[in-house]
Amino acid sequence: MPDLAIQTSGLVKVFGDTRAVDGLDLAVPAGAVYGVLGPNGAGKTTAVRMLATLLRPDGGEATVFGHDVVREADAVRSRVSLTGQYASVDEEMTGAENLILLGRLLGHRRPAAKERAAQLLEAFGLTEAAGRQVKTYSGGMRRRIDIAASILNTPELLFLDEPTTGLDPRSRNQVWDIVRIVVAHGTTVLLTTQYLEEADRLANRIAVIDQGKLIAEGTPGELKSSVGAGAVHVRLRDPATRPDAERVLAEALDATVYLDADPVALTARITGNGREAAAAEQASRALARLAETGIVVDDFSLGQPSLDEVFLALTDHPATEEAA
Amino acid sequence: MSTATETTTTYAPAAEILGTVLAPGAKPPRPSAWSASMTFGWRAMLKIKHVPEQLFDVTAFPLMMTLMFTYLFGGALAGSPTEYLQYLLPGIMVTSVVMITMYTGVEVNKDIEKGVFDRFRTLPIWRPSTMIGYLLGDILRYTMASTVILLVGLVLGFRPQGGLAGAVGGILLLLGFSFAFSWIWTMFGLMLRSEKSVMGISMLVLMPLTFLSNVYVQPATMPGWLQVFVNANPITHLVASVRSLMAGTPDLGELTWVLVASVLLIAVFGTLTMRLYNRK
Repeated sequence: MPDLAIQTSGLVKVFGDTRAVDGLDLAVPAGAVYGVLGPNGAGKTTAVRMLATLLRPDGGEATVFGHDVVREADAVRSRVSLTGQYASVDEEMTGAENLILLGRLLGHRRPAAKERAAQLLEAFGLTEAAGRQVKTYSGGMRRRIDIAASILNTPELLFLDEPTTGLDPRSRNQVWDIVRIVVAHGTTVLLTTQYLEEADRLANRIAVIDQGKLIAEGTPGELKSSVGAGAVHVRLRDPATRPDAERVLAEALDATVYLDADPVALTARITGNGREAAAAEQASRALARLAETGIVVDDFSLGQPSLDEVFLALTDHPATEEAA
Repeated sequence: MSTATETTTTYAPAAEILGTVLAPGAKPPRPSAWSASMTFGWRAMLKIKHVPEQLFDVTAFPLMMTLMFTYLFGGALAGSPTEYLQYLLPGIMVTSVVMITMYTGVEVNKDIEKGVFDRFRTLPIWRPSTMIGYLLGDILRYTMASTVILLVGLVLGFRPQGGLAGAVGGILLLLGFSFAFSWIWTMFGLMLRSEKSVMGISMLVLMPLTFLSNVYVQPATMPGWLQVFVNANPITHLVASVRSLMAGTPDLGELTWVLVASVLLIAVFGTLTMRLYNRK
């Protein structure tokens, strides 16, 4: 049993009539990326805020490296950092000023704080923007100054709350690279996300939460094999051929085929036993069968299971779009 | 934003460079309460540096107040504006500065909506230092407002008998009281939902406190029931103290009253502020 960075049992937070977090049990091993996957309003942010000592739990217990988040809040605070969904830096101040401010607050003397700020700006490619107010930064740059601020104290545990939501693909890849490097240096990362792809790419283990409860937990491979490796989307030329196509696909894939609202489109879930290569093979065989039958396919795509599909598989209801 | 795009496209996270900043050096000891508070004070100064327009309300507003009331009431109440100014100036200085204190609440309220507040709250530092930082920045603003009023007063013919020492002493007492009084606004800043409601409550408290006092006229001219309120009003005692200091005849009774009130304000509203801050 490896050391645990986070352990919670029966964690509860209630806002009015909403049980935002409803008896959550988590065990996050140290030294890896742990993904918390769930739709908007699942309680991800609330859980992170309790673990980062920003919110007091209404029930249950939570420890971070063995320290209780309520009774030993300061011990927790000296070991963690949080990058929230919104920039956790002062937008009216420059990048350099933000980092110097934090360095000072972490106990560095002024010259040391300045030096540390300069190093971080350099490492995050922000040296040129150091003297500009953060509000003039692009989305990707903001995220970077935010993460730079979060690792200023070389935390043992870093919370990243939806770090790539709203970023363009290039900036998203940069964040992913940074997360990998941070973890390689021994920091545990707890990452919340709405994207299965992101959790899959980065996390060693994933917890899926819905309506404040843990509904599945495991490695990405385990999770995907329970859900199916993906879905094949097919667009036909002639809507009249759809019933035939449905039957052919159902036979070839041994799976349920869904008829989309679009009269020429269908979707079938592929199991692939959790392996993408196997899924691709199954899908190409199915397409070949369609061609043999003389059904003309205009377009097809093979997608990873979306969060919606994970939810359908795990809960029998789609990811709800409630506000947090 | 051409520079922004450039930097984004050319940046590629490099393991070696990031590695050097991630190397766990010896963690410095946590900063003292004093050091953390001063650092937050520095932040307040930086915000003034970046948004100097916000100094309008500590320069133009006091100037307007002084001119307006001196010439509006001077002739009627004391025979001449210059005569009246000798009575009014310490009071209008107190009024202006105490009015400005409400911006502390507005600042706090604006900040809690932002992510940076979360960052501060996850730092292992002395908890009240964040709030004290705001107040340190505000003391600079109060000092500017007081100085503006004193200078305008001197130009218009205000001649304090207590000399420079008396004037400075009066201002220092005012700053001390305003620091204590501002904790009311940090509390409301954390408690209320929007800037507008903070402003609303502030005006509701400040208008009666500053007008129903001895700032403009002698309380002896008022009906008895109003005198009861006026004499219990902390602003009355503060104005009497500042006047006595500027006149070179310090009134120890009034000074003690003001100092005790300041300590009580910090004890009560400081505690409430920190409770809200920890619960937020």
